[in-house]
Amino acid sequence: MRLSRRSQALLRLAVGVGLAFIYIPLLVIVVYAFNSSKVLKWPPPGFTLDWIPQAIESQGARDALLTSFKAGVAATAIALLLGTLASLAVARNRFFGRETISFLVVLPIALPGIVTGVALSNTFTQVLGVDLGLFTVIVGHATFCIVVVYNNVIARLRRLSTSFEEASADLGAHTWQTFRFVTFPSLRTALAAGALLAFALSFDEIIVTTFTIGAGEETLPIWIFRNLFRPNQLPLVNVVAVFVVLISIVPVYLAHRLSREEGGPAVTSGGAIEAEATAVP
Amino acid sequence: MATEAVVERHSAGRRLAGLFHGRPRLRVGALLAGPVGWLVIGYLGSLAVLLVAAFWTVDPLSGEVVRGLSLENFETLFNEPVYRDIAARTILIAALVTVTDALLAFPIAFYMAKLASRRGKAILVVAVLLPLWSSYLVKVYTWRTMLSSDGVLNWALHPLGLHGPGFGNVAVWLVMSYLWLPYMILPIYAGLERVPDSLISASEDLGASPVTTFRRVILPLVFPAVVAGSIFTFALTLGDYITPRLVSNNQFIGNVVFNNIVNNLPLASAFALVPIVVMVAYLLVARRLGAFEHI
Amino acid sequence: MKNQDAHPVRAAWLVVAGLLAFMLLLAGCGGGGGDSSGEELDKLGKGEGQLNLISWAGYVEPEWVKPFEQKTGCKVDNKVAGTSDEMVQLMRSGQYDGVSASGNATARLVDGGDVDPVNVGLVPNYKTIFSDLKNQPYNTFDGTHYGIPHGRGANLLMWNSDDVKPAPTSWDVMLDPKVAAKYKGKISAYDDPIYIADAAVYLKTHQSELGIEDPYELNEEQFEAAVDLLKEQRPLVGEYWSDAAKQISAFSNGDSEVGTTWQYQYFALQEEGEPVAASPASQGFLPKEGATGWSDTWMLSSEAKHPNCMYMWMDWIVEPKVNAEVAEYFGEAPAQSLACEQTADKEFCTKYHADNPGFWKRVYYWETPVADCGNGSSDCKDYNDWVQAWTSIKG
Repeated sequence: MRLSRRSQALLRLAVGVGLAFIYIPLLVIVVYAFNSSKVLKWPPPGFTLDWIPQAIESQGARDALLTSFKAGVAATAIALLLGTLASLAVARNRFFGRETISFLVVLPIALPGIVTGVALSNTFTQVLGVDLGLFTVIVGHATFCIVVVYNNVIARLRRLSTSFEEASADLGAHTWQTFRFVTFPSLRTALAAGALLAFALSFDEIIVTTFTIGAGEETLPIWIFRNLFRPNQLPLVNVVAVFVVLISIVPVYLAHRLSREEGGPAVTSGGAIEAEATAVP
Repeated sequence: MATEAVVERHSAGRRLAGLFHGRPRLRVGALLAGPVGWLVIGYLGSLAVLLVAAFWTVDPLSGEVVRGLSLENFETLFNEPVYRDIAARTILIAALVTVTDALLAFPIAFYMAKLASRRGKAILVVAVLLPLWSSYLVKVYTWRTMLSSDGVLNWALHPLGLHGPGFGNVAVWLVMSYLWLPYMILPIYAGLERVPDSLISASEDLGASPVTTFRRVILPLVFPAVVAGSIFTFALTLGDYITPRLVSNNQFIGNVVFNNIVNNLPLASAFALVPIVVMVAYLLVARRLGAFEHI
Repeated sequence: MKNQDAHPVRAAWLVVAGLLAFMLLLAGCGGGGGDSSGEELDKLGKGEGQLNLISWAGYVEPEWVKPFEQKTGCKVDNKVAGTSDEMVQLMRSGQYDGVSASGNATARLVDGGDVDPVNVGLVPNYKTIFSDLKNQPYNTFDGTHYGIPHGRGANLLMWNSDDVKPAPTSWDVMLDPKVAAKYKGKISAYDDPIYIADAAVYLKTHQSELGIEDPYELNEEQFEAAVDLLKEQRPLVGEYWSDAAKQISAFSNGDSEVGTTWQYQYFALQEEGEPVAASPASQGFLPKEGATGWSDTWMLSSEAKHPNCMYMWMDWIVEPKVNAEVAEYFGEAPAQSLACEQTADKEFCTKYHADNPGFWKRVYYWETPVADCGNGSSDCKDYNDWVQAWTSIKG
């Protein structure tokens, strides 16, 4: 697109302002992670690296990280399974209630977390008589992670021509073989992108988790919530937060690369049609 | 000369596949059993069980839930002005946050989609996604310290003779716009990527100014993506109760629901119907506008 | 692909809808309050190795938890709650063994079947608890003991001594709109419906024509007056706090300059070197109108998975040396009479009026408001009314 020099400069300025808006609070988090005082006044009185070894040694933080990781992996696995099944059904078949599926799948993430949390907690404890614990947390997380996988996969399926699958069937492959050798390989990157985002959603979730977690467990957000106001623990929380962001740089970049194979960002949609591809609906 | 007799191996997989062959209904059923069972029975069922409580009441003496059919909660919600105020405030701020984020996101997304180099795109996408990985709670709490009397905002504005908004509705609007911005940038970016450059060039070749091209070519094509992003910003603002609690004294719908769960679950359920109804309506409109292709 | 799927798939959706309806039916029949055995423990068995507690901030600290764990082998997991509502909610989940409940939670827990009676015979240290803490309406119901007293205290008026001058002697600095306006936006009030009682205490002195006797038994007129007072206070409040540490950081940051608090925050801020002050000990830390307060009781969950450990804890917490530590750490009057000989500060019990029942007549312990006014009529506002009023006050 041809834009005047001035427009381009203005656009660059807008982008700069936007990025500054996004990153200044994050920089404040980093600064507080090295703050020598436990009280969060500005500007901070001094800097120290002492919180880092304390954070590493904190048993609570380590346990919480592990629990979050376990919950995230399990929830993502379930979401991958259910999301793929649902998108295969919707993209490749026509049936009564087809449009409703997309609607249904997005509901858990669109309705307030407190509603989902209380509803699930109520069902677990009152109707089913199940104790709250890591299992119930995983169920809660999987429920709203399904949509992320579903959207990524269905966008990909819609762009994949069915001719390959038909050819495979014509050549004698049965349903599973076609799926395994033809469909699945083309879905891989969409699945990976969806899985990464589902994991991110589960990892940072607090509201539904608060209502579905048992007494003895803590995910990372629960640990953070518990320690957020404790003056002694606050710098540790900041250190842990910075740590999580730093280790997520690699997976985020990978997700971008993966979805870029089909030409789009990894958030939710399967991505854009490459300009050079002659895909025509 | 090797002639292999072709033996038809009927593996278990093939036999099972044969079961589904020519029976598309069965195939659909098998595919959907898991997801639909989980979502409808598990999720919707739980919701229904909770929302049924909206028609129950609480015995004033013992605090026990009384399971009769009653519209008492709805009467309370309609008659007490405070609930209307809270609902209005929540919905209004949700709308404001959505508009703010759309305005903030568009330049960034546009630059990413149309003007950035391949490497620039990669860097910007990572840059925009990274904040999603920093803890929501830490971000909100950091904003709380930034907005406090001795915080960054007042410190920075002091030389200019101004001071920050402190806590309150403005703070909630500011923080929520901050939190959900990446959820708006990415769908718009994806949507803009889908607008072929050839269309834009054609528009310019036909003599349209950039503004006209934007208004009549780009915007209509990217609008569904904007709506898709707005689903997140609106829904997440509508349901949040942690941010209002940390940076404001004013209650959101979520706060009232949260505060009443213990003592008066029926009232909490009844009030929870408000965001549910609003979101369902929003989703239906969004679907009509084609946003579901862009989530 | 031909659409040959219409009817059977439609039937499938009907089945799904039917299952949904079935779930609704289940909701109608199943569930309900906690299943309480309602029986006291007869004998103390061995410790179960684990104990899950809910408590106020500062009640369960390593100083006395670690020796307990070593002595009994019960590993303690503690969840700090900021309000009684939170505590009731957590107890109802059935995941915890015990709770340090204030009077505005105890009645609800007993009514809801969430706690079991406590056999005080199994708690040897109970014998020497101060007598004016035994058999009280907030821990004994229908003659049955439901818990072991922990300690008691008053809600304090605290202020930033650099910014708030002259030093207040009355709650009017927070509740009289004319006086409080000076500190607009810097006032810190407790975020719980029970705070309405603080307004009632104020009105008892300043609008005695209302005839308020008990700030938790308010008829329509008295209640409306208290609620109106708080609505006038609302624009002046900087922050409603429900988390002790949140209030500490607000005072440190300069966001709050005067407010209602507990000794826990007061001590913490003093330790950080912040310029805070409260009503002097000579006045019993009370402004001239008196104050609301609390007398806390350790209660046993009806769904406790580790009841023996809980009994051991209840005995431990009122052991003289431990109760002395607990009381001095938090800044409250100990429940254990023998603790007064064990405190580091020999004047501690005198300062905190631990042995002075007359003093506590000016402290109105948190209680659960019920409709039954205790004077024959039943038109007092109950807790539901208080909760709804609190929602309208905060807005």
